[in-house]
Amino acid sequence: MSAKRTSRREFLKSAAAGAALLPLPAIAQGARGRVVVLGGGFGGGTCARFIKRIDPRITVTLVEANPTFVACPFSNGVIAGLRDIRAQEFGYDKFAGDQVVLSPGTAVDPQGRTVTLGNGSQLPYDRLVLSPGIDIRWDGLPGYTEAAAERMPHAWKAGEQTLLLRRQLEAMEDGGTVVISAPANPFRCPPGPYERASLIAYYLKTKKPKSKVIILDAKDAFSKQRLFQNAWRTLYPNLEWVSLSNGGKVTSVDVGEMTLVTDFGRHKAEVANVIPPQKAGRNAEIAGVADRTGWCPIDPATFESKLQPNVHVIGDASIAGAMPKSAFSANAQAKVCAAAVAKLIAGERPDEPRLINTCYSLVAPDYGISVEGVYRPADGQIKEIEGTGGVSALDAPNSTRALEATFANAWFNTITTEVFG
Amino acid sequence: MARALINVPPKAKRGEVIEIKTLISHTMETGFRPDNTGKPIPRDIITDFVCKYNGQEIFRAELFPAIAANPFLTFFTVATESGTLSFEWTGDSGFSATESVNISVE
Repeated sequence: MSAKRTSRREFLKSAAAGAALLPLPAIAQGARGRVVVLGGGFGGGTCARFIKRIDPRITVTLVEANPTFVACPFSNGVIAGLRDIRAQEFGYDKFAGDQVVLSPGTAVDPQGRTVTLGNGSQLPYDRLVLSPGIDIRWDGLPGYTEAAAERMPHAWKAGEQTLLLRRQLEAMEDGGTVVISAPANPFRCPPGPYERASLIAYYLKTKKPKSKVIILDAKDAFSKQRLFQNAWRTLYPNLEWVSLSNGGKVTSVDVGEMTLVTDFGRHKAEVANVIPPQKAGRNAEIAGVADRTGWCPIDPATFESKLQPNVHVIGDASIAGAMPKSAFSANAQAKVCAAAVAKLIAGERPDEPRLINTCYSLVAPDYGISVEGVYRPADGQIKEIEGTGGVSALDAPNSTRALEATFANAWFNTITTEVFG
Repeated sequence: MARALINVPPKAKRGEVIEIKTLISHTMETGFRPDNTGKPIPRDIITDFVCKYNGQEIFRAELFPAIAANPFLTFFTVATESGTLSFEWTGDSGFSATESVNISVE
């Protein structure tokens, strides 16, 4: 370092000289820069829209393999027969036509800054945003293979699996046992297994009252636990939760016997819903942004990967510290990432963000509960800001629960409209 | 009485190596954590675990503050004869818990 202070003018001159050495950017074509967003769920869909909104001069291309997106939030309602799967389905026709490419990404070259599409063509980028979602760890639970998931659905990626679990519940005779296996942290949608158990219990209570639901859990604590357990005591005496310290951790499954095995017993099920261990989705793997945990380490202010430069990772796949893996989190992270990407392309310093998450869960169709959190980067991670957030009151009257259920519906309509139009 | 779970195969062949699994509910409070007022919460841990096979000790463990809540211990032994496996956990503040299960060896 020179002892002489660099003047602003000199700094700008040297910065300009430095820029000339970089690979030819899209600025040469008259545009501001080029961003590819790979993965069109809640994270990717939001990010593509917001980059364009923040700086319309940036060329944004959203790459998504499936023409129809099936939303996970509220899909437990489909399983319980409260909702049609079509209410979960969204397309990309409301995006600008030149903005969406319906193709899988087959390769990412972080050095050459290109994404290869299904037809072999390459999309160059200045910055890439990945919103890979999750994949099932098929090596994570002995006996639980892709074939096993046809008998014991996970239904943790909405779509055909959701419908399969629904059909199994419909076909089950009154008096049957539904066993749900909940994984250890981290996993997509921390309150999800308990909302699902609640809504299945609701379906059974109204249609097959002699049946029961057992949750075998690899944890001793879970999201909104006291709210759920209070509600279960009143609403669902046939719902049983077996915690880790009560021997609830499922160590293998026996599909032939329709049995879930723990260290201390075997649980025979008429319907088995195995929510297996998970990892970042495949697009994280092809871009080399997942670490040995299976998830993607990121900078907490910009969501830029710690493993690959100019690549950002948002949503369930990212290691987002205190933020849960939820659609709301993905949406909030996408907006922060969009702002950061726009600043970085403009050569400016990104702002320090604040992030919010809210997760609603339905215990019954007219019984909603929620958890909120506000977050910021601290010590290289995303941390909850002390004194913010919280959960629904434990002693709230039924009218409040009913109101929260309507808020939950409103939230779903708002977020899906924001992302998919 | 703390809740304990035991998994021992009910039947085994003579000479067979069998796996024994135990899990007991216990906070395993380290003694290093402060409470709301800043005072340390007193240590409360299980310190000793013993398994006996027809009265003869076959496995023993000492436990320390770094061991997580609800200690899960698993170990192996050779099935020699039919009888009883007994388990005893002892610890701070006079903590004591016992369990026993039968095994039939052919």
